[in-house]
Amino acid sequence: MNTNTNGKYALETKGVSKIYQTDFGTINAVDEVSLNVAAGEFVALVGPSGSGKTTMLSMLAALLQPSNGQILLDGSDLAAMNDKERVSMRREKIGFTFQANNLVPYLSAVENVELMLRLNNRLDKAGKLRSRELLARLGLGERLHNLPGQMSGGQQQRVAIARALIHNPSLVLADEPTASLDTERAYQVVETFAGLIHEQQRAGIMVTHDLRMCEYVDRVLMMQDGKLVKIYSTRDEIMQLVRGGRE
Amino acid sequence: MGKILSLAGYLAVKEVWRNRGRFLLVSLVIALITLLVLFIAALGEGLGNGNREYISKLDGQLLVYQAKSENLIAASRLSRDRLASIRRVDGVADAGMLGTASATLILPEEPLKVAILGIEPGHVGEPPALEGRQLSTDLADEVIIDSNTAYRTNLQVGDTLTLRTTQGTKDEFFTLQVVGISDGQQYSLQPSIFLPFNTWDRVRPKSEAEVNLSNPVANVVIVKLADPEQSEVVQQRINAQVNNVEAATLKQAIQALPGYSAQQSTLNTQGGFTLFIGILVIGGFFQIQILQKVAQIGVLKAIGAANPVVAWASVIQIIVVTIIGVAIGGLLTFVFSLTFPPTVPIVFNGTTSALALVALLLIGPLGGLVSIRYATRIEPLKALGLSS
Repeated sequence: MNTNTNGKYALETKGVSKIYQTDFGTINAVDEVSLNVAAGEFVALVGPSGSGKTTMLSMLAALLQPSNGQILLDGSDLAAMNDKERVSMRREKIGFTFQANNLVPYLSAVENVELMLRLNNRLDKAGKLRSRELLARLGLGERLHNLPGQMSGGQQQRVAIARALIHNPSLVLADEPTASLDTERAYQVVETFAGLIHEQQRAGIMVTHDLRMCEYVDRVLMMQDGKLVKIYSTRDEIMQLVRGGRE
Repeated sequence: MGKILSLAGYLAVKEVWRNRGRFLLVSLVIALITLLVLFIAALGEGLGNGNREYISKLDGQLLVYQAKSENLIAASRLSRDRLASIRRVDGVADAGMLGTASATLILPEEPLKVAILGIEPGHVGEPPALEGRQLSTDLADEVIIDSNTAYRTNLQVGDTLTLRTTQGTKDEFFTLQVVGISDGQQYSLQPSIFLPFNTWDRVRPKSEAEVNLSNPVANVVIVKLADPEQSEVVQQRINAQVNNVEAATLKQAIQALPGYSAQQSTLNTQGGFTLFIGILVIGGFFQIQILQKVAQIGVLKAIGAANPVVAWASVIQIIVVTIIGVAIGGLLTFVFSLTFPPTVPIVFNGTTSALALVALLLIGPLGGLVSIRYATRIEPLKALGLSS
């Protein structure tokens, strides 16, 4: 379902590395990774623990500066930006959901979603309406004014998805979004997420250790020891991987 | 900046409102600290006022003491010839004797210890009578009582009062008429009664040796200057031209009142320590709070909230909590102050209370400085557990 027809990518990385110097020597957490994601494409980043996928995600999220290489988001290089510029990029161009502690606990569901618009100084009547509609589409129409503590883990994740998408970011990142959910909820959340990414033409990347969740993605990028070792592009390849995950 | 403050204010107020129980608790702690600080300030003011009220309200600018008396009124003795010499010094507009002593005012229920102050009618040192009239002559059996005496005795203009003092080895009773009531003029923490100087000399307690002597001796001479701006020059002139005296400004005289400086510095230290404890309590509360919400601040930063937004949200929160606490504390202090009897030396002076309130409003932000700094240093990567 790669909708990139004009050859331009929303996200493109070129030889990205992250090197740490420790007492025990040099560690290449991410080693020369080049990848691209088109608008409307949902990609899974998988790999065993310590493979570098979380470090890669942190760099793509402009939370971590790469040691080498380029990360081009809408043509702007995140690697060349200073702290202030990266904060702006996170606010304007990137949507993010995390494993847990996703939401601001003292804001209601709708306030959490509207927060992204407030941060971008774009909260108007239309924005408020859109926030409510998006939450309603995610099945939270009755939970608009509930605080995170009054919602289940799955409901909280869906609020986080709405927050990640409400400001029309170019790139949407999800770090183990199903880690704290039961299987049924996890499938629902990823399916919803994938649907919105395709519909709204965002570039989406999900880091997951659960291969079953790859059922809804367009490509799977496998990392090992900091390197991108394999790409599953066809539906058959992906479903084979998913079946392996189920077993 | 406006955008940052508006967003920070939104986050701060939402958090305070949605966790109002917890924030109210710290506001109540601040309220108790406010109550304590305001009472200490009021007590300091009340005690200080009780000591210095008469001196600080004098219409004069200098007090002249016997030389080497170290500005202690009770230790100074000046005879009438000194008064004449002081009056002749250039720049002195008026001078009046002041004699101080204590006596017992006989009342139907319980006797009251009062300060009896001998002053010269018509001269500097005689307080203006707000009710009734001024004293008539130096020998008249008349008194002006201050409002404290009037309040505690219900004496009114035209009433007579009886003072008891020890004359040699015997208690003597003196009946005098109240001709005027002045404003508050406490001296030595006692309500005051003003007598014409010669009457005072007759009434004041005396030793056996003094009983039959009639050589009125004052403690100090109060000087009113022609030009109050020239106090330093005239002070030096008096010291140079009049034998065996030393002049002091009212400020110096007040500082030298027995126990005054020690009492004020003790109370100021207590107030200071209470404020310091307040800083620690508020600092501790907000530091614990920040530690509890590291992940939450990490999320805010990860989704693009800049450091100034996080910092200002903390500052606004601290200010809101402090203002609420100080307001509750101020209200509590006011309510409690209504229940105190007039004998308790508590005075809520506008300036002192305002200074204490400003200090109290500052302890919040001061106490929260460390936590604000900590909040701005939170790394979203670490806070969200994404760091390798």
